[in-house]
Amino acid sequence: MAFDRQEAKAVLLGPLFNNNPIALQVLGICSALAVTVKLETAFVMSLALTAVVAFSNLLISLIRNHIPSSIRIIVQMTIIASLVILVDQVLKAYAYEISKQLAVFVGLIITNCIVMGRAEAYAMKNGPVMSFLDGIGNGLGYSILLIVVAFFRELFGSGKLWGQTIFQTVSDGGWYQTNGLLLLPASSFFIIGLLIWALRTWKTDQVEEKD
Amino acid sequence: MSSKESPTKTIVVALLLSLVCSVVVSTAAIKLKPIQQKNKELDKKRNILVSAGMMDEKSSDSVEDLFSQVESKFVDLATGEFVAEPAGFDQRAFAKDSATNLSLTAEQDLGGIGTRSQIANVYIVKKDGQLDSLILPIHGKGLFSTLYGFIALDKDLKTVKGLKYYEHGETPGLGGEVENQNWLAKWPGKQVLDASGKPILALTKTPADDANEVDALSGATWTTNGVEGMVHFWLGENGFGPFLDKVRAGEI
Repeated sequence: MAFDRQEAKAVLLGPLFNNNPIALQVLGICSALAVTVKLETAFVMSLALTAVVAFSNLLISLIRNHIPSSIRIIVQMTIIASLVILVDQVLKAYAYEISKQLAVFVGLIITNCIVMGRAEAYAMKNGPVMSFLDGIGNGLGYSILLIVVAFFRELFGSGKLWGQTIFQTVSDGGWYQTNGLLLLPASSFFIIGLLIWALRTWKTDQVEEKD
Repeated sequence: MSSKESPTKTIVVALLLSLVCSVVVSTAAIKLKPIQQKNKELDKKRNILVSAGMMDEKSSDSVEDLFSQVESKFVDLATGEFVAEPAGFDQRAFAKDSATNLSLTAEQDLGGIGTRSQIANVYIVKKDGQLDSLILPIHGKGLFSTLYGFIALDKDLKTVKGLKYYEHGETPGLGGEVENQNWLAKWPGKQVLDASGKPILALTKTPADDANEVDALSGATWTTNGVEGMVHFWLGENGFGPFLDKVRAGEI
């Protein structure tokens, strides 16, 4: 199979804005709500998810011709679950503080719709290299949104970025009254909603047709 | 070769996959276990040091070096006497096991924990052979979760040296403010026990003027009540009370 540069680029960069897994497909919202209070956790979560989706795509694509269709979902789940446990163990060993904050959400990557979705929709039908790129692309699409959401939530919710104080908050004797709503998971809904609005204003072809 | 949809092929694929995946996962778990265990211990030690004010939260000082000043001891809570380390001691597991726990009645159970372990792991810091501070593990229910932390008492056994929570699941920004440095900084110097050793600490919504008062966390009444309850419980007669009496009497 010849390596098609054009296609590779589309596969890798398409999910960033044109076909963003969160903004357009509205997948993987659960973790986007939970881990975006701080940039740091959002970043590590993004890395973890990108690694899992890329390697699950790669592995599933490698054995796609041997997977009997009657058990294909289970096979995908097993591979994804193994990768997630691997990531979780590595985080616990080398990034203990952050793994404590991410707690259960790393484990929940197993049920992240993006991973399953890409495995079933792309990796089962395409070659390993393309699948790997597709995984990276979708992981990055997820990451961009998560990091943007976390940026707003951390900056306006606690006056900080990456743990560094940007706005001196009132409780620390400064001037900035923090927005408590942004510390609660529900605020991600608003931010994601606004981002989708912004994205669709920019790329009008994403707007759905009126019924 | 049989088709990929045949039952034989299906079973072979399933078996092979399970085998490979389980080998990978268990190898990772076993290889990384020592590092993870070390992290956990370090984290606990760091929290102990922070609660006693011996170390800054963000400081990069060697936890191990500082911790060498701390003595770890096991106490039978009912008698207040030191005991040898029980095999496989884990206070949380011991609190659940009916052979090693004590069920608390509703009146006793100020911390909302139901049962507590009969044995607890306490930490003692001595300076020149004299008691300098005593670090006690405490836990209790807040609003959503059980909060786990350490409270450090000064050598007079009445004054708080510091408080630190290392595990909880309270609402970030509200009850989660139990981690707030500024709030925790209000604790050192407060009188939690009176002269007779009775807990007198109060978390108050009016200005905390008295030596036994600490500001409550705004917007977190339940968490605040939990903190107050668990301090009263653990420093009271059903918690470390008997042990504190012994220490006060000079028997340590």
